[in-house]
Amino acid sequence: MFGFPTSFEGGRFDEFRRLERELDELLGRWRAPGSGIRSVARDTFPPVNAGVSADQVDVYLFAPGLDAGQIDVTVQNNLLTVSGERRIDLPEQANVYRRERHAGAFRRVVTLPEDADPDRVNAAYRDGILHVTVQRRESSRPRRVEIQ
Amino acid sequence: MNDQQEVTTRSATEPQAETGGPDAPQQPEWTLVPDVDIYEDAEGIVVQADMPGVSRERLDIQVNKDSLTIEGEARIDMPEGMEAVSADIRSTHYRRSFVLSAELDTDKIDAKLGDGVLTLRIPKRAEARPRKIEVSTG
Repeated sequence: MFGFPTSFEGGRFDEFRRLERELDELLGRWRAPGSGIRSVARDTFPPVNAGVSADQVDVYLFAPGLDAGQIDVTVQNNLLTVSGERRIDLPEQANVYRRERHAGAFRRVVTLPEDADPDRVNAAYRDGILHVTVQRRESSRPRRVEIQ
Repeated sequence: MNDQQEVTTRSATEPQAETGGPDAPQQPEWTLVPDVDIYEDAEGIVVQADMPGVSRERLDIQVNKDSLTIEGEARIDMPEGMEAVSADIRSTHYRRSFVLSAELDTDKIDAKLGDGVLTLRIPKRAEARPRKIEVSTG
């Protein structure tokens, strides 16, 4: 399935907030990256989107222009840390008019839900998006209880 | 470096409301403005734009008279049944326009896209490149 991890079609901000709150409760209060004590300003590089499904947690980092081998991804104590450096070398003799793109070191920390399994993490870099998938532990998935 | 914090911040890639009314249903309501670096050397102007998630097939570059527009659609894989819990990026559509000047040769724009970064090289017309003027004495 293709799509985008945002419930934002049409720009309905309230809807998103509501969803955020409901999911907080649903997921045993997994603090969404935007509201946790480790959260950073929204315009921090790289921007991060995150989503959950029954089996896994998906984190997307919008970090274009990197060498995949130079990105450091670690999971420890339910913290996903992605760090690296983006080198942008503009020619010295040029007249620079705009310099909006982030240059230099970056680090982002995302708090994962309690049931995230640090041993089953996968990361893929494509078209400038780093997609980190963390599997959730079996026991915490919703189970259907048959009524006798 | 603080271990849990970002080292630097940058200018926002903020969604901006498009002006498209009911007559422009094709235009997404939210548009991402890509961050750009722009510099000029003797050969021309170079524009580099961050457009993560955009592949070559979903990139559109248009020159219309004196305006240059870059546009792209980001696509990423999403597992079945995923619910978004947090989103810094709230649109899939990138768009930004620039006004060009007459000395730029728009027929010879060179575009490259790699790892979500678009690089446009817009050469100056030959007659507009700087020439060294020899000063004669006498």
